Amino acid sequence: MDLSFSPEDLAFQAEVRAFLKAELSPALADKVRHNKKLTKEDMVGWHATLNKRGWLAQDWPKQYGGADWTPVQQQIFDDEASMANAPRIIPFGLKMLAPVLMKFGTEEQKAHYLPRILDGTDWWCQGYSEPGAGSDLASLKTRAVRDGDHYVINGQKTWTTLAQYADMIFCLVRTGTEGKPQEGISFILVDMKSPGITVRPIILLEGTHEVNEVFFDNVRVPAENLIGEENKGWTYAKYLLTHERTNIAGVGASKAALAEVKRIAKAETVRGVPLSDDPYFAARVAQVEMELDALSTTNLRVLSSPDAAASAGSISSMLKIKGTEIRQSINDLARRAIGPYAMPFVSEALEEGYNGDPVGPEYALGVAPDYFNNRKISIFGGSNEIQRGIISKMVMGL
Amino acid sequence: MNFTHTEERQLFKDSVARLIADTYTLDARNKAAETDLGFSAEKWAQFAELGAIGALFSEDDGGFGGAPFDVTVLFEELGRGLVNEPFLATAILGGGLIAELGNTDQKAVIEEIIAGTKQFAFAHGEPKSRYDASHVETTAKKSGEGYVLNGAKAIVLNGGAADLLVVSARSSGAAWDEDGLSLFLVPADAAGLSRTAYPSIDGLHAAEIRLDNVTVGADALLGGEGKAWPAVEKVIARANLALASEAIGAMEVARDMTIEYLKTRKQFGVVIGKFQALQHRMATVLLEIEQARSSVINAAGRFDGSRVEREMAVSAAKTLAGKIGRLVAEEAIQMHGGIAMTWEYAVGHFAKRLVMIDHMFGDVDYHVARYVALSKEAA
Repeated sequence: MDLSFSPEDLAFQAEVRAFLKAELSPALADKVRHNKKLTKEDMVGWHATLNKRGWLAQDWPKQYGGADWTPVQQQIFDDEASMANAPRIIPFGLKMLAPVLMKFGTEEQKAHYLPRILDGTDWWCQGYSEPGAGSDLASLKTRAVRDGDHYVINGQKTWTTLAQYADMIFCLVRTGTEGKPQEGISFILVDMKSPGITVRPIILLEGTHEVNEVFFDNVRVPAENLIGEENKGWTYAKYLLTHERTNIAGVGASKAALAEVKRIAKAETVRGVPLSDDPYFAARVAQVEMELDALSTTNLRVLSSPDAAASAGSISSMLKIKGTEIRQSINDLARRAIGPYAMPFVSEALEEGYNGDPVGPEYALGVAPDYFNNRKISIFGGSNEIQRGIISKMVMGL
Repeated sequence: MNFTHTEERQLFKDSVARLIADTYTLDARNKAAETDLGFSAEKWAQFAELGAIGALFSEDDGGFGGAPFDVTVLFEELGRGLVNEPFLATAILGGGLIAELGNTDQKAVIEEIIAGTKQFAFAHGEPKSRYDASHVETTAKKSGEGYVLNGAKAIVLNGGAADLLVVSARSSGAAWDEDGLSLFLVPADAAGLSRTAYPSIDGLHAAEIRLDNVTVGADALLGGEGKAWPAVEKVIARANLALASEAIGAMEVARDMTIEYLKTRKQFGVVIGKFQALQHRMATVLLEIEQARSSVINAAGRFDGSRVEREMAVSAAKTLAGKIGRLVAEEAIQMHGGIAMTWEYAVGHFAKRLVMIDHMFGDVDYHVARYVALSKEAA
C-alpha cells in the first residue's frame, strides 16, 4: 500500500497546474466558480485550448489524436482542472460517442467523425431518453425504417442536453420489434440540420435552458450512418456505459464545490464570528469532507485496479451513487451557508455583461439555482434507484 | 383533548380552500411573479373580500380571528395553492407589529390592510444579520421631535410593492443587543429611502433597501423607543408558525402528486409504485409529514403560553418544517424523475418553495441552536 502518486504522476500534476495557470483565463474561471452561464463560445473555446495542447481527448489512443492518458492521469487532470474552476469538458462527442466509434465504427466513420470531434466541427448531443423511456431505456419507441439507401426516422427524444448547439445527434432507435425490447435497437448518427428535425427547449425548474425535446418527422438518414449492425445498438450503448468509469464519481467537481463552501463559510459571519467556526456548521462540512476523501480513494482504487473491467458495471454504479449523493450534500451545505441570500433570484446577474445593482454577495447568486439544478444528477444517466438495482443484480445476485 | 377545529374555523378553512381550488392556478401565479408587483392585485382583493386577511387580526383590531389556529388553517391552504400574495409581509409582519405596538392612531391603518388596500413590509433583516433577529445595525438618531434613520435592509419581503414599511433601527446598544431596538412606520416614498426589488427563486418578491438620512416624526415610532424586541420576537414567531403551516400544505400537495405519479407512470411494464424500494420511501414521506403537522399543532396550542414555551414550540415546528420540507421536496423530485425537473410541471415549484421556507426567519440549524438555548432558560 502506498497512497502517494508516482514521481511520474507528480510531474504530470505539476505540468497540468502550469498549463491551467497559463491558459485558463480568470474571467472564465470566475464564471464557473460562481455558477454563471457559460456561452457556447466559452465551452468551444476551452475545448480548443485543450486541443491545441493535445489534451482534449484524454482517453483516446494516440493514433486518433488522443492523449492516451492513464485513468490516474485523467483523474489528476480532472481534480486540478476542477479546483482551478475550468469549464467541464462536454462529454457527448469525446467521451460517449468516440469510444463506440473506435470499437464498432467503420474505418470511414472513424476517419470522418473523430477529427471533427477533436477540432470542434461537430458538436454532438445524445438521443437516448424518450418521454416513455426513462429508467426503462430499452422501451424506446422512436422508429427507424429502412427505405433504399436511407433510414426514415419518426419519434421523439427528450432531455437532450445542449441540443440547441448541436450539429449532430447519436440516437438509439427501434429497428425491430421481435424478441426482447433490447434486441430491436440500433445506434445511428443523424445530422441535426436534416429536414424534419425540430428542437424544442425544456425550461428547468430553476429557469435555465440546458435540455431539449428533439422531434423526428420522417427524417431521412443515409444508411451509412448506422453504427455496426442493425438491431445491435443496445450492445454498443451498454459498452459505452461500462467503458466510462473515469469521472463518473465527479470527485474533482465535488472537491471544487466543497472548497467554495469553505470560502463562503469564512466570509459569512454570525454575530461577527465566521460561520466556519460555528460547531454545528463545521460538523456538517467535516462529515461531507470525510466522505469525499474516502470516495476519492475508492475512485483511485477502481482506476488503478487492472481487473476493474470485470466488474465495471457495478463499480460505475457505486461511484455514481456515492458521487451524486456527496455532490448534492455539498449543494445543500452551500445553500445553508449563504443563509437568507438563497432567496433572491436575479437571473440576469448570472449572464455575461450584467451591470445592474448587486443583490447580496456575488458568491451567493448561483448557489440556490445550482442546488435545484443538481437534483438532476441522481436522476440522469440511470437514476440512483436503477444503479442500486444493478448492484443488487450484478454483485449480490439478487 | 380535541384535535378538531371549531365549526366556524373549519368553514373558513373550506371557503379559502374553495377559492384557491376554483380560481387559483399555478400558471397565473407564476406569471404574476414575473410582474413588478410580484403577485396578483385582483387575487389579493378576492382574498380580502373573503375575509382571509381579516382572519389574521383580532376583533379588537377590527378583524375576525387572529388566534394561532387561524394562522395555521389559513397558511396551510395558502401553501396548498402555492399562493404568493403577501399575507406574510403585509398582514403577519407589518400588520402584526402594528397590532402589537401601535397606538390608536397608528392602528387605524389595520382597516386598510384587512380591506386589501394597503401593502406593508417589515424592513428588518440586514446584509450581515443572517437569521439573527436582534442583529440590527441600522441606526435611529433623535433629531428634534423626530428621528433620522440610516442603514441597509436585506431581502425585505414585499419590499418593492409595500406602501409602508415597518423599519427596525437601533436607538442604543451593540449590534445584536435585544435592548435598544425601535420600530418606525416609514412611507415607501420617504426622501432618502431607495429600494431594489427582485424576484425570489420560489416565486415571491423582495427588495434591498437603503436608508440615507430618512427623517421621520415622533408619531412614526411604534411602541416605546428601544423597547421593540419582545414584539419583534413574538411577531417573528407568528411568521414562523405561518411558514411551518404553509409548508404542510405544500408538502401534502407534493406528496399527493408523487403518489399519483407512482400509480400511473409505467416503466419495465409495471407502474413504478409497484417497486418496494419506492413504496417504503414514500411511506416515510407520509409519516414524516404527520410529524410536521403535529409540531405545528404543538406550536399553535402553546403559542399563548409563556414566552419560552411559545418560542421552543415554534422553533421545533420550524425545524421539522425545514427538515421534512427538504425531504419531501427532494423525494418528490427524485421519485418523479426528469419530469419534476421542468418548469412546466408543478411539483418543482412546490419543491422550491419548501426549500426556501427553510431560508426564512431561521433555518434548521438556527432553530436547533435556538431550541437548545431556550431549553437552558426553561430549566
